[in-house]
Amino acid sequence: MTLIDLANPTRFLALTARVLPWLVATTAILLAVGLYQSALAPDDYQQGATVKIMFIHVPNAWLSMFVWGVMSLAALGTLVWRHPLADVAAKAAAPIGAAFTFLALVTGSLWGRPMWGTYWEWDARLTSVLILFLMYLGLIALWRAVEDPSRAARAAAVLTLVGAINLPIIKFSVDWWNTLHQPASVMRMGGPSLDRAFLVPLLVMALAFSLLFVTLHLAAMRNEILRRRVRAMQMMQVAQAGRRRA
Amino acid sequence: MSLGPYATFIATSYLTVLAVVMLMIAWIAIDYRRQKRRLSELESEGVLRRSERSKAGMR
Repeated sequence: MTLIDLANPTRFLALTARVLPWLVATTAILLAVGLYQSALAPDDYQQGATVKIMFIHVPNAWLSMFVWGVMSLAALGTLVWRHPLADVAAKAAAPIGAAFTFLALVTGSLWGRPMWGTYWEWDARLTSVLILFLMYLGLIALWRAVEDPSRAARAAAVLTLVGAINLPIIKFSVDWWNTLHQPASVMRMGGPSLDRAFLVPLLVMALAFSLLFVTLHLAAMRNEILRRRVRAMQMMQVAQAGRRRA
Repeated sequence: MSLGPYATFIATSYLTVLAVVMLMIAWIAIDYRRQKRRLSELESEGVLRRSERSKAGMR
């Protein structure tokens, strides 16, 4: 099956039905392994046991940006190639991305209170992630407000691409401005600065959460395709009723 | 495994993630069932998709 074949929603649904059970099983196993390794990880010499929050905070923070990246690619698919599944992919990803961003903010706040002495600080990293969360909510509201999916798709695609400007701001905010948030310790020039005892569980959890996203995204895309079929059939039903009356 | 003096913060973080992930899974599963039910209701009312109508030679 080539990529172009997946442009057909029926073929996409068939592929999803085959792939989803495997994805669910792999995600569950990886999450279990990641949680086990996180539980066994030693305490940090400065942060103590609160370092365990990192194993869930960082994957959620990465995914909050990654999902917007996926939506930006889908937005290009909508505007440039008019791919039939591009808007479906973007619309299905938005609530999942919003949930990951919410979790990044909450777990970061719960980590910040014991380490920084505050739940929240209006610094560049925290504020730019909050803006990302608000942009997710704005996009979800836009899709809900516009009834015609094709009109909503174009408007949402433009907004998504404009919002992508926020991604490098989030990534480099810790380098460009003085922030409470620590600089990058995994994705940085010169390699990760984390000790192996923390890096391995973190990477396993990051992979598990990434697979969780893929699983939820495929399932949500399947739902969106079905929702559009229902809408098309309801419109057909109304048209048939109108013809009968005429 | 001792979580030290900040056990509440660590436990709340993990429980929040668990709750939100479970909510997402439940929302997607419920939504799937709802869409499948609506589709089968429409099909039982005799409404056919465009592709099925053309297969059946209908206009």
